[in-house]
Order: sequence, then C-alpha cells, then structure tokens
Amino acid sequence: MIWNEKMECADRDTMRSVQLEKLKKTVKHAYDNVSHYRNKMDEAGVKPEDIKSLDDITKLPFITKEDIAANYPTGLFAEPMKDIVRIHASSGTTGKPKIVGYTRNDLDLWGECVARGMTMAGASQESVVHVSYGYGLFTGGMGAHLGAETIGATVIPMSSGNTQKQITFLQDMKSDILCCTPSYALTIAEGVKKVGIKPEELNLSAGIFGAEPWTQSMRDKIEEGLGIRAYDIYGLSEIMGPGVSMSCEENAGMHVQEDYFYVEIIDPDTLEVLPDGEKGELVITTLGKEGMPMIRYRTRDICYLMRDKCACGRTTVRMSRVFGRTDDMLIIRGVNVFPSQVETVIAEFKELTMNYKLYVGRENNTDTFELAVELAEGLAIEDIAFVEALRGRIEHALRDMLGIGCKVKLLNEGTLPRSEGKAVRVEDTRNLG
Amino acid sequence: MIVKQVSVFVENTVGRLADLTKILTDNNIDLKASTIAETVDFGILRCIVEEPEKTVKILVENGFSASISEVTGVSLEDKPGGLHKVLAVLAEAGIAVNYIYSTIKSAEGKAIIMMKTSDAAKAEEVLKASGVELAGADSF
Repeated sequence: MIWNEKMECADRDTMRSVQLEKLKKTVKHAYDNVSHYRNKMDEAGVKPEDIKSLDDITKLPFITKEDIAANYPTGLFAEPMKDIVRIHASSGTTGKPKIVGYTRNDLDLWGECVARGMTMAGASQESVVHVSYGYGLFTGGMGAHLGAETIGATVIPMSSGNTQKQITFLQDMKSDILCCTPSYALTIAEGVKKVGIKPEELNLSAGIFGAEPWTQSMRDKIEEGLGIRAYDIYGLSEIMGPGVSMSCEENAGMHVQEDYFYVEIIDPDTLEVLPDGEKGELVITTLGKEGMPMIRYRTRDICYLMRDKCACGRTTVRMSRVFGRTDDMLIIRGVNVFPSQVETVIAEFKELTMNYKLYVGRENNTDTFELAVELAEGLAIEDIAFVEALRGRIEHALRDMLGIGCKVKLLNEGTLPRSEGKAVRVEDTRNLG
Repeated sequence: MIVKQVSVFVENTVGRLADLTKILTDNNIDLKASTIAETVDFGILRCIVEEPEKTVKILVENGFSASISEVTGVSLEDKPGGLHKVLAVLAEAGIAVNYIYSTIKSAEGKAIIMMKTSDAAKAEEVLKASGVELAGADSF
C-alpha cells in the first residue's frame, strides 16, 4: 500500500514543480518573518524573487546548529506564538536545547509524512501501533504517535522503559507494529526470550526503528528475536522529527518525503553540492513548514542519495543510511569512520563496558586503527580461546559496521583513564599536516 | 582431586602482572601454583590459592576479570613415566586434557600437576580407580 500515491509516485517534472512552488513560498515566508534569514540573504545579495528555479537554491546561505543556538530560544520562529501549537526540543551543541515550534498545519504535515512511512511498513487502520519511543520534548514518541493516528490505527503510547510491561502489552493487545530505537528493540527482544515467549506468539509484523545508528547484526537479531521486518526511519527535530524519510519493503534506502523536504548532499569542506551517489553532508530545506522553516540546514549527517526508481513503485529520492556525523568523522584508509558507529557495535556486546578508546596511527604509510575496550566487571574468563573468540566476534562486527578492519584490544575494567568532562575517545597520532 | 583454580585476565603491559601480585601480597594470598598462558596482547594467569572465592572477589574489586574453574590435581612420583601413567588412564577413559602445569615438590620427590580436562568428575573417578594419588591446594 502507498499512502499518498499522487505525491510518492509523482513523475520528476511534477515533483520538481511542486518543490519549486513551495520553495519560493518558504523563502519568502522566512525572509519576511525571520530576521536571521533576512540578514543572511541580504548579506549574500539574494532576494526571494531571485529563486526562479530549484537550482537557484544554491544561491541561498546555509543555516547551522550554531545559528539555531544564536537565535535561542524562538528567534527562528516565523509565526507568532499564538499560532504555535506545539514545542519540541533536542539537545544543542552549546548546552542550550534547540527549541522547535509547530503550527497546526506543521503537525498535519508531520502526521502525513509519518503516515506515508508507516504505510511502507504495512500499517493500516486495522493496525495496533505500539510506540516505545520516549514521549516528551523528544520528537520520537509524539511523532510516531501522530503518524499512527493520521492513518487511523490504534496507538498504544507506551513511551520507553519498563520492558516487562511493554511485553505484556505487546502480547495482550496483539500489537502488530513496534516503534522504538533499535537498541531498545533489542532489549525487548531479549526480554521476550527471557520470559520464554516465542516470536511467533507475538502478533508483531514490523518494527519502525530510528534515532541512532545500528548494525546489520543488530537488525538480524531484532528481526529474528521479534519475528518482524525492520524498517529504518530518519528525522531530526530541527527539521520536524521522525518521518523525513523511511525505508520501504525493498530495504533499499529511505524514501525522502520530497514534497516537504528538499535534500542536497554537500562536501562539508568545500560546501559544493555533490552528485547523487556521492557521500557527503545532508542539507535539508523544509517545504511547507510554517512555524520554523529551515532553509539549507546542515544536518551534519553523512549519507548519499539515490534517484533511480525503487522497485516498490515510489519515485521519491532515497537516502542511504546515515554513516555518522561530520563533527567527529575520522578518515582511516580513505574510509569515513565515526566513533558513534563503534559505540553501536560495543553496545551489542554484553561482555564489554562502554569505556573505550580509538587509536589511529600510521605505520609504513598505512593507517593503523585500534579499539581498546574494557571488559564488563565480573566477566568470567578462563582461557585464551574465550578471549580470542570474543575478540574475533567484535572485530567481525566492527568490519560489518565500518567497512574497514579494526584491531581490538581487550582490557580489564577500570584500565582506561577516566575523564571528568567529555570523554576523549580518539587518539590520532598521524601527522597529516 | 577437583581443585578450584583462579584464572585472571592480564593485559600485556609492563608492570601489569606486578599490579596483580601486589594485590595478592597486600591481601596475604599465597600462590601455591601458577602458570601464564599468553598471546601478543594479553595473558591469562591461572593459579591455585587457598581461598579461591575470596581471591576472585578481591581481584574483581580491583578491576581484574577473574573467575574460578575446576581442574584436577594429581601427585606424581618425580621420575620417568610418572606423567605418562596418568595421561594413559585419561586417554583410555576418553577424557581430553586441555592443559597441564606442574610444581615440583623436591623434598618428597613428588611432582604435583594441575590438569584441565574435558570431564573433571570422570577424570577423578578413573584416576582414583587406577591408584593415582590426587592432590589439592593443601598438598603443596
């Protein structure tokens, strides 16, 4: 089923003309109502009338997380507070949260986007949607909730935590769609196994997972442990929340709701727009959001775009999974590596603690890459074979996640230096100057 | 006799083993027998002590991954063929030996060995039946 066939399967010309109309409106709306946009555009010597084609978007300045912080709390709102009906927030870079405001229309738009995504996972009016994302300022819970309500499904607003209760509801309410973070899905899957319920005894058919990077092995474990198909959902609160894009049954990248979000990939250093298929930083322009329009927002998320037609029939552009963030990206042997990806792998192993450090160096003109990680307290280690097997499994999972090899060194708990503030996770001794 | 052995994970860095022996010293724990299995990055110290549970507790409190496993202790005549006799009995009974380490007790002309086998209970049974003298932590 396709929720909105007209838009999701539109031909390129139709989509581009819809996008252009909405882009013109968005730029004018932002210019007229938000001093930040007006000042930046004036500085760049560009007026709303200069946007005559979609390609003209490159004339517009970017907006960044720092700009959001500088306009804290509501400086980027384009509507008066009387028309803002909802606030969400996410943690900001400077310690202050990023505050986002939604008008009534923005919530409808959000619901429409999530409804399209949930339909990809098979949701319908008959579905019981179990939402285990956190409810509150975080957009996960209420975003998924809104999508399920838009479809007309039965929503169970569980929020996260209390795994035992989650399992009881999954069982007794015969939920067929689960929405949560992949790591929490894994916890639920383990809980289900622990209490001796077989996956087929649950009525679940699909899971909609997002908000953190995850590995193929995690996906396999979740799919097997809960007897479901796993779908990726992408979003960020600055732009809207979950539902900006979502993977369909083909699992071939996430379909971007292009009539609401114009996406570009740029080289984070040169800021040049990159062609489809090339990895770079995702830049999003909202098309139609009123409360807080975002024009050329630098997400810092690294991915690439695919524009060939998907076998599911949808014609919307697809984005790859997010490989990490530009902030903490390391380039090792030519491959982009993110500590967050390593963290995801470590979290999969009960035998490890989250205390780790990455060492990058150079020997004989080749980058060396090593992960030192502490063993969980009280882990029973009797022989070398056990340690070697564990190390082998970690190295395999790292290669699966990163695409390059990483040597693993296991340490006793408490061996790595503890820091008072933000942990120093990477030591790069390459002299690349 | 089935003996409780303590295994400790030790990183291969200078002074790390001394960290471990300092903890044992401070807590007045005597190593009756010990061996280290090593790789490039780490080693596993296996030892026999009088109070294995207490030793593991102290080591874990000090950040070491330590655990208890069961090995079989045997007291041998310290002369050619002594070890062979024991191994022949185990082989006959289809019991695999994973590793062995030994301590010479020269005053009595005996050698005490610790063996990790595939089946500790069965190993004890067949060794006893063959008249092999078994040894425990108190035999040292």
